[in-house]
Amino acid sequence: MSSHAETVHDPVFVGDTLAKLEALYPKYPTKMALLLPALWMVQEARGWVSEGGVIEVGEKLGLTPAYVRGVVSFYTMYHTHPVGRHFIQVCTTSPCNICGAEDVVKSLLRHTGCGELGATSPDGRFTVVEVECLGACGFATPILVDDDTVESVTPENVPTILARYP
Amino acid sequence: MGYPYPSHPKETPVLSKHFGEVEARTFDGWVARGGYEALKKALAMTPEEIVAEVKASGLRGRGGAGFPTGMKWSFMPKDDGKPHYLCCNADESEPGTFKDREIIRWTPHALIEGCAIGCLGIRAETCYIYIRGEFTEPWHILVAAVAEAYAKGALGENAFGSGRRIDIVVHRGAGAYICGEETALMNSIEGRRGNPRVKPPFPAVAGLFGMPTTINNVETLAAVPVILTRGSAWYAGLSLSSPKSTGSKLFSVCGHVQRPGTYEITMGLPMRELIYDMCGGMLPGRTLKAVIPGGSSVPIMNAADIEDCPMDYEGIVAHGSMLGSGGMIVMDDTTDMVYQVMRLARFYADESCAQCTNCREGTAWTTKILERILAGEGKPTDLDLLLSLADNMTGKTICVLSDSCAVPVVSGLQKFRGEFEAYLSGATAPVTAGV
Amino acid sequence: MTVEMVSVTIDGVTVQVPKGSNVIEAAERAGVVVPHYCYHPSLPSPAVCRMCLVEVEKAPKLLPACVTQVTEGQVVHVHSEKAIKARAGVLEFLLINHPLDCPICDQSGECELQDFQFQEGQQKTRFTDFAKRYNPVEDFGHDILYVPNRCILCTRCVRFMGSVAEEPVLEVYERGDRAYIGLDQSQRLDHEWAGNVVDLCPVGSLLSKDFLHKARVWDLDKAASICPGCTQGCNMTIDTRDEVVVRLRPRPNLEVNRHFICDTGRADYRWMNRGDRVEAPLVLDSDRIRATDWDLALDRLAVLAAEAGPVVVLAGGRASCESLGWTMRLVAGRSVVAAMQVPQGEEVPLAAVPNLALRADRAANLHGARLLGYRADWSSAMGEVAAASLVIVLDAELTDADAALVAAAPQVIQLATVTDPRLHDAQLVLPITSMAEEQGVYVNRDLRAQRYLPARSAPGMARPAWWVASQGWALGAEGRSAPATAAEAFAALDAFDGLSYRDLGLTGRVLATATAGVAS
Repeated sequence: MSSHAETVHDPVFVGDTLAKLEALYPKYPTKMALLLPALWMVQEARGWVSEGGVIEVGEKLGLTPAYVRGVVSFYTMYHTHPVGRHFIQVCTTSPCNICGAEDVVKSLLRHTGCGELGATSPDGRFTVVEVECLGACGFATPILVDDDTVESVTPENVPTILARYP
Repeated sequence: MGYPYPSHPKETPVLSKHFGEVEARTFDGWVARGGYEALKKALAMTPEEIVAEVKASGLRGRGGAGFPTGMKWSFMPKDDGKPHYLCCNADESEPGTFKDREIIRWTPHALIEGCAIGCLGIRAETCYIYIRGEFTEPWHILVAAVAEAYAKGALGENAFGSGRRIDIVVHRGAGAYICGEETALMNSIEGRRGNPRVKPPFPAVAGLFGMPTTINNVETLAAVPVILTRGSAWYAGLSLSSPKSTGSKLFSVCGHVQRPGTYEITMGLPMRELIYDMCGGMLPGRTLKAVIPGGSSVPIMNAADIEDCPMDYEGIVAHGSMLGSGGMIVMDDTTDMVYQVMRLARFYADESCAQCTNCREGTAWTTKILERILAGEGKPTDLDLLLSLADNMTGKTICVLSDSCAVPVVSGLQKFRGEFEAYLSGATAPVTAGV
Repeated sequence: MTVEMVSVTIDGVTVQVPKGSNVIEAAERAGVVVPHYCYHPSLPSPAVCRMCLVEVEKAPKLLPACVTQVTEGQVVHVHSEKAIKARAGVLEFLLINHPLDCPICDQSGECELQDFQFQEGQQKTRFTDFAKRYNPVEDFGHDILYVPNRCILCTRCVRFMGSVAEEPVLEVYERGDRAYIGLDQSQRLDHEWAGNVVDLCPVGSLLSKDFLHKARVWDLDKAASICPGCTQGCNMTIDTRDEVVVRLRPRPNLEVNRHFICDTGRADYRWMNRGDRVEAPLVLDSDRIRATDWDLALDRLAVLAAEAGPVVVLAGGRASCESLGWTMRLVAGRSVVAAMQVPQGEEVPLAAVPNLALRADRAANLHGARLLGYRADWSSAMGEVAAASLVIVLDAELTDADAALVAAAPQVIQLATVTDPRLHDAQLVLPITSMAEEQGVYVNRDLRAQRYLPARSAPGMARPAWWVASQGWALGAEGRSAPATAAEAFAALDAFDGLSYRDLGLTGRVLATATAGVAS
């Protein structure tokens, strides 16, 4: 029930980011509908959605921090604490599971140095999490490294893939 | 085509014809393949004519429920003075399903065109395409394609110079399976938690932003242009079995087959042919143990069930399961069914929105019991308990996520009870030989 | 306008209910309670707890009674085997993570989870050998504690703050069985009406810090009352334990306060328990104050009233119509200036409920006083004090300046709950009951006359002010007889359309003068 502390929140919605948000206003009949897009912008800018980000988004869209936090915590893709430079999501749902996804997870944890799921590697480079179905079941095991989908990952080709993300 | 593999002779490539062709992603490339003719045609038609054509094609919702598309469109009010919305459900999240992903990645303009025609059919000016957050690559491709469609004048305030306004907004989800449920999806677009809504009111009366709304799956909308260009009679004629199951259908096959991929077949093709011919059958030395034919929310079939099962809505029901989303998970004899049922239950427990008691508590409890059985700590009464909980989770909640969690438990116990009992009687390793 | 009625049959009882009613409301008409948690008549229904599932003939599935509208000829089975089994299943799910800490839970005894579990639940849980969900207790601020382990996620609190108070500071956080009610760390639950979430909570998850571990609810005595805090006149219940007021709670009145009261009203009860009360009549005899009996005190009262010249009556805002009316009658025939003290505060509406607010006029009976000839202009009345031969202070709380003016008057009578040392020269100090110790009527801003009942016994010899005044009045002339009861005291007043206590019932009646447009 806690969230990480952030020293001082530097506003996200200034300059280009503000313009990007404002460009979305005419596309929706309500301001509230911009909540998911706005949160994505915060995460893109800061790597995670801090308490300061929650409050700022709320102020921009006329929503209370609690409301925004309720939405943030509903969706798994918003990070509520800082993560590694590269965020790796591994699908371990049944279709991938039966094709060896759990061995891919073990290999990722070993080669990234993360040790355990959800933890960030000591060098701050990677965070690995298990996710439910990535929707690429025919290409077991798919992983998402940041925005890149990498298909048919095996325990063996993990090091080669990781090398692409310094 | 059986992307990523070359097309198989038994396929009927309609929607998947251009999968793998990078140029098809561009506006010009799509036009060169006959694209946007359907939209131009639709711009000259009345909404009634468009709906009639779609009705006549027999097209049914490809998202899982199989509801007749034309009829759904016809529920939208006329002359009510309110803005209407079309939602395209691109939240493809049902484990085992990855067909919409390929449509969006390879033929985004087919979807855009289908959305635009859908707007015309239901008297909407705006379509929101809700794409799941994890689909990063398809999202980038779709956003670029929509921008190009605007730039080329296919969309916007004067679509193809018709004086008609058609807007398409791509809205990105952020990680929630339940947002594939139509009313949860609407809540999510509105900036809310993705909680399914109580029905009635139905979306056609009060949907997105409280306005009359129609929601269709990606594959459904992508099929609309070809129905308009080639005619409803042609589309309806694509059926090998029941006249109620028409057209071509994408099946994404995954799991223990030689060539997992997205296959497009005419409704009614025998399931065996899909698995053994098109997908190349099981991996060497393995035998088929179980099939989940329509995404993880449909009952598990065993080898006997699939023997003479045709791939259409009615046929699969007659064989004890459902066509669902067309996401087929094939499992061979190395599969620990107890473990996989637990994984599925855990999936639903993770994804429960937390609104309804039965779902919130039932999915988590079910998972705990299955984990206990797998850990060798199961109790003799656990199997009956699982079935009893499944009963308490079925038909009692706002949406069917809770029911979906019960499905693999009940069908798993029905078809593979021996494996569960083996764990209960102290087996330390999975008993995978089957019933 | 006539309301279209439909006929429905619920557990064999056929009732007529307005079209648009839901099955829960219809069942209530038929005398059938449909168990429920998330449904509340003053909140939008989300149909999430699934506790109100009932069997409706011709419907393929069980339906939630809270959002199922009645239709003509509908046949509902609340207690069919299928419906009872479904609800038992819901109860089992609700209880798997609910601690069995009823012995230390304040809600125990008025807990809807206890009630329905007792009524329809299974005796034994099948959730064995698993740990229950655990989250630490949180201080939501102001008067409210959140005990997440007991929470059943019915979301009544979330909907109250969002849809009724229109300040959505509570929200469901997380999802699945990890979900809980969250308050953002940058906020506190300090909205003026926030305390209602404690009452709305069907279990002991949201608790009042003020009431925490004060009493077991089955030890409480409850009295129907009216909040004396402002002119809204919210209906409330005073809960006492062994004669001590321990809690004020809203009492439903759909036309006045629905199911709510504000936090100011809710918290304002400590004065009811004051120990420094006047317990006997006090008379001033040759500069000495001495306690006496009522006979002597009332004789003095009658004499003082009879001999008075110009009179000023200064009444506190909690005085009943009976007391105000009989005090006026006591000095009838003299030149009388009477005023009620009306402290002022900020008006704080409850956003989504029309005509419900903590009012700026913080005197419960201002409008009753007006009907009885009192003015609200306190300072003008104080201006008359210097010229008065007799000042009667009816439990008003005077400022030092006011007290100095009053003390200088030739004759002062205090009808008081507590003594005012600044008025030590008062000829008479007569002990009266507080509103918590008497029956009476207040008239709210919409001219609704509403009764309140005694919640605790009067200390010492204290009597209702109307009794004191009417006794004094009766002694003033031959052939007068004082009312014997509060009901008689009320019925004898002219300002109330001849209404009786019986007419007012426990939810009050709007006076005809209001409907005639006299009220401002």
